[in-house]
Amino acid sequence: MYPAAFEYHAPTSVRDALGLLGSLEDAKILAGGHSLVPMMKLRLAQPKHVIDLRKVPGLTGIKEEGSTIVLGAMATHWDVESSPILKAKAPVVAETAAVIGDPAVRNKGTIGGSLAHADPAADMPATAIALGFELVCEGPKGRRTVKADDWFQGLMSTALGEDELLVEVRVPVWPAGSGACYMKFPHPASRFAVVGVCAAVTLDKNGACTRAGVGVTGAGTKAVRARGVEAGLAGKRLDAAAIEAAAQKAAEGVDVQADLQGSVEYKAHLCRVFARRAIEAAVKRAQG
Amino acid sequence: MATASVERLIGKSIKRREDPRFITGRGSYVDDIKLPGATWAAFVRSPHAHARIRSIDTAAARKHPGVVAVYTGQDMTGVNSLPCGWDLRKEKNIPGVVQDLAMVPHMPLTADVARHVGDPVAVVIADSQAAAADAAEKVKVDWEVLTAVTSTERAAAGDAPQLHAGAPGNVAFRWEIGDGVATDAAFKSAPVTVKRRIVNQRLVANAMEPRACAARFDPATGELTLWVTSQNPHVHRLLMCAFVLGIPEHKVRVISPDVGGGFGSKIFLYNEEVVCSWASRQLQRPVRWTATRREAYLTDAHGRDHVTDAEIALSREGKILGLRVKTTANLGAYLSTFAPAVPTFLYGTLLNGVYAIGAIHCQVTGVFSNTTAVDAYRGAGRPEACYVLERIVEAGARALGMDVAELRKRNFIPKFADGFQTLVAVAYDSGDYGVALDKLLGMFDYKGFRAEQAAARQQGRLLGIGFSTYIEACSIAPSKVVGALGAGAGLYESGKVRVHPTGMVTVYTGSHSHGQGHETTFAQLVADELGLPVEQVEVVHGDTGAIPFGMGTYGSRSASVGGTALHMSVGKIKEKGKKIAAHLLEASPSDIEYVNGQFQVKGFPSKAVPFGAVSLTAYVPHNYPEGLEPGLEETSFYDPSNFCFPFGAHACVVEVDRETGQVKILKYLAVDDVGNVINPMIVDGMVHGGIAQGVGQALWEGAVYDDASGQLVTGSLMDYAVPKADMLPMYETERTVTPTPVNPLGVKGAGETGTIAATPAVVNAVVDALAPLGVDHIETMPLTAERVWTIMQTAKAAT
Repeated sequence: MYPAAFEYHAPTSVRDALGLLGSLEDAKILAGGHSLVPMMKLRLAQPKHVIDLRKVPGLTGIKEEGSTIVLGAMATHWDVESSPILKAKAPVVAETAAVIGDPAVRNKGTIGGSLAHADPAADMPATAIALGFELVCEGPKGRRTVKADDWFQGLMSTALGEDELLVEVRVPVWPAGSGACYMKFPHPASRFAVVGVCAAVTLDKNGACTRAGVGVTGAGTKAVRARGVEAGLAGKRLDAAAIEAAAQKAAEGVDVQADLQGSVEYKAHLCRVFARRAIEAAVKRAQG
Repeated sequence: MATASVERLIGKSIKRREDPRFITGRGSYVDDIKLPGATWAAFVRSPHAHARIRSIDTAAARKHPGVVAVYTGQDMTGVNSLPCGWDLRKEKNIPGVVQDLAMVPHMPLTADVARHVGDPVAVVIADSQAAAADAAEKVKVDWEVLTAVTSTERAAAGDAPQLHAGAPGNVAFRWEIGDGVATDAAFKSAPVTVKRRIVNQRLVANAMEPRACAARFDPATGELTLWVTSQNPHVHRLLMCAFVLGIPEHKVRVISPDVGGGFGSKIFLYNEEVVCSWASRQLQRPVRWTATRREAYLTDAHGRDHVTDAEIALSREGKILGLRVKTTANLGAYLSTFAPAVPTFLYGTLLNGVYAIGAIHCQVTGVFSNTTAVDAYRGAGRPEACYVLERIVEAGARALGMDVAELRKRNFIPKFADGFQTLVAVAYDSGDYGVALDKLLGMFDYKGFRAEQAAARQQGRLLGIGFSTYIEACSIAPSKVVGALGAGAGLYESGKVRVHPTGMVTVYTGSHSHGQGHETTFAQLVADELGLPVEQVEVVHGDTGAIPFGMGTYGSRSASVGGTALHMSVGKIKEKGKKIAAHLLEASPSDIEYVNGQFQVKGFPSKAVPFGAVSLTAYVPHNYPEGLEPGLEETSFYDPSNFCFPFGAHACVVEVDRETGQVKILKYLAVDDVGNVINPMIVDGMVHGGIAQGVGQALWEGAVYDDASGQLVTGSLMDYAVPKADMLPMYETERTVTPTPVNPLGVKGAGETGTIAATPAVVNAVVDALAPLGVDHIETMPLTAERVWTIMQTAKAAT
């Protein structure tokens, strides 16, 4: 398991990292390495240059900015999973991080690395879409913010420009009366999501749904927003029948892929089952 | 000097003395061996399942910096095929042969055709692992891609592509056991018959340590030392010297140091260690190789891969009148070392199970396909037999509307202590099968469970229970018997006990520990018999330069065969010690007994010489019996008179998620009878690990080839699901103890029981859970959520 030869770079500022990224041919960003390094060891990826971000200051840490929680792109899954701020204000994000891979993966893998890699079976994309994360990219021309909905563009492809770094992940805090839950059917070998659904709801005093966010990962080539489900929840009192009816739309808009873990039919079915289960749990949490 | 009564060590759960070094990273595996001046080999492997080599261009690889040599199959002149050590031919009078085994060649580097993905065609040897890997990518093979066949069912079909000129129709052999005429008659007159297709899917062994080798030819002495991940270093040496490389056996030393798991896959002689040994002699430098996980998936011998049509004939009272089994066994692209034995003599001979059966007939066809070679994997043939029998027995019970435990009880062979002749050649040693099931049923409220199940079904929940009352053959094996069945080897074991002058003891065993805990168990056994503290005994294994010729570890043979060899040597030590002690005590040797670590005059513990004084006298023989040789060291070879047959009863309770098809194990109960137990903790560990592997096959594991391309699509730990701790329940295990009369220790063997028993118990439980939907059979494992969901959908559609 020896990767092909490559040159290793460890810049110490975002500016330097961007400089390298702009000037080097065939360079890959290393932001933890739990996706890139295995690919390199199998020689499926053979970049000429690897730019490691671990010495770049300011890319880690989790802090509160008003009603937003700001995560450095190099925050590890463990940082996310164990963050007191997230646990208090957006617990579903910590919970999602807690079911990524295994402890070794979570100790080294980063939220930014994972979102930029955009594995179709990664967990966090479902939660990013459901809650409405914003992803802050920095490039030669400065910073720009991309909504999670616009981030995932295809199989392992994102809105991140070739000359940009993902530097920050912004998690909106949902108001009181909200609840969210991420549930997945893990691949028995890899623990990636065969299907994963994150559902978030806000209920008013009468128990009616004023806001819903539902993200689906795993089943297709990219994580998507389940708009049909959200529409089915909006404005309704979320009893079992309403949830069931809404969840039936969970596979709509998902380009479900068949593989060893399931046929298109089965995975679409799992989308509906896990949507219902995630919504039920989210509603229960929203009800307190 | 009287000693206090020494506590018996046999039967105590002494902690494994090897574990501290393993769990603190201080083990010494092949990859840890430091060899100055070593070169590294990287193999160029076929990316195709079936392809002819038009040409190989190695020029660019040779020019790569650091490359020492590049060899193809054509360069390896004078090197023979890897041997198959089991011969099924009529002219050898092997019983049951219907069509002779096709002894097809298996060259270390194939020079004409690659027959499976991963088949090695060239090797690059370089100063570093990285340079070798880089240069291997520069070897250009001009391939003519051929059609491939990977499916067990289609491998011998008329239109399947042919793998070997010497195996027309891809048939490796045809073999049978039992009585076809009597079986046909039994079926003809039976009131109830049930026929089922039962598929035992292909598995990958997945030892934690990948295979590795390091070959060092010493030009000064002409000696070759090979460090290799082997379960049987002497077998490796013999096969490599005598059959493949033609180098004198006494000039080769094979060392298997710490080995991280084998499960059978490290029994066999493989291409890579042969190539590295050969290349080291060519280059006069050490050559080494460590498999990547990807290489392990593609080249370690796989296991199982049977497609079987099984039929059971029953009386209305549930008596088993007949069993008819037709199996196709996929052997892969080549004959691995012991491949032909696994689906024949390790399979058909176990189909009698624990039941009195009227008549049995089993026919097996071995087939070649464009897949990795298949050979022994934990249980090896016995799990396949147990799976067929325990599945068809429950199918028979369902057809009769009879409780599955009750049907078994009606058919158990009654208790016996000294032999039961089966209908399929073997004679069991000792057994008390009903007691094991009774004990199992006593561990939980079976009637209560059935009530709970009925109530759960009312609520739409799918609960099920499955049983497995298994038997297995271990303590492999009586040499004469296996020789008559086609084995190219004897299957005795060696054990040497060396007592040092100070009374310290070193034990040399031909068994090999690659996880089994021999360093503890054998020390415990010898210390117990000598009445010494266990710390006074050290165990050496895995080095042909240190141990007497030994056959190694597989087939749950170490304690029963290897342990008995040590027991015999301890006996010889005691006999010689008595002569020395008698001389010192001025008594007759026949008046000396060995008690609590001292030689004493019978009945007079005060007239005694301690063990250490006798050992010192043996090496400083100033005051010494006339005519007695100095020294205190004895070697024994033990060849068992029969196999041993452990047995037991397992039960599994599952719940199936109606929506997703996911199977959850709620309870797993096991009663095993492995005869006498030396170290209960170690036996428990083997049972636990075995159950995990058995459950793994039932629910998650499976090597899957893409039909069209012949690619192994489950070729990594990300795709091939090995069981993990959090996927398994807490096991509840018990034992019954029926000592074997075969060996003086009364031990049967414990290494494979769990694997054999668990798989049918789990699948039977799922079938039971799905019964309310009209499901009465599941053909194929693993029972992934999707497979179970699909079965439920199909059943719903049918009703």
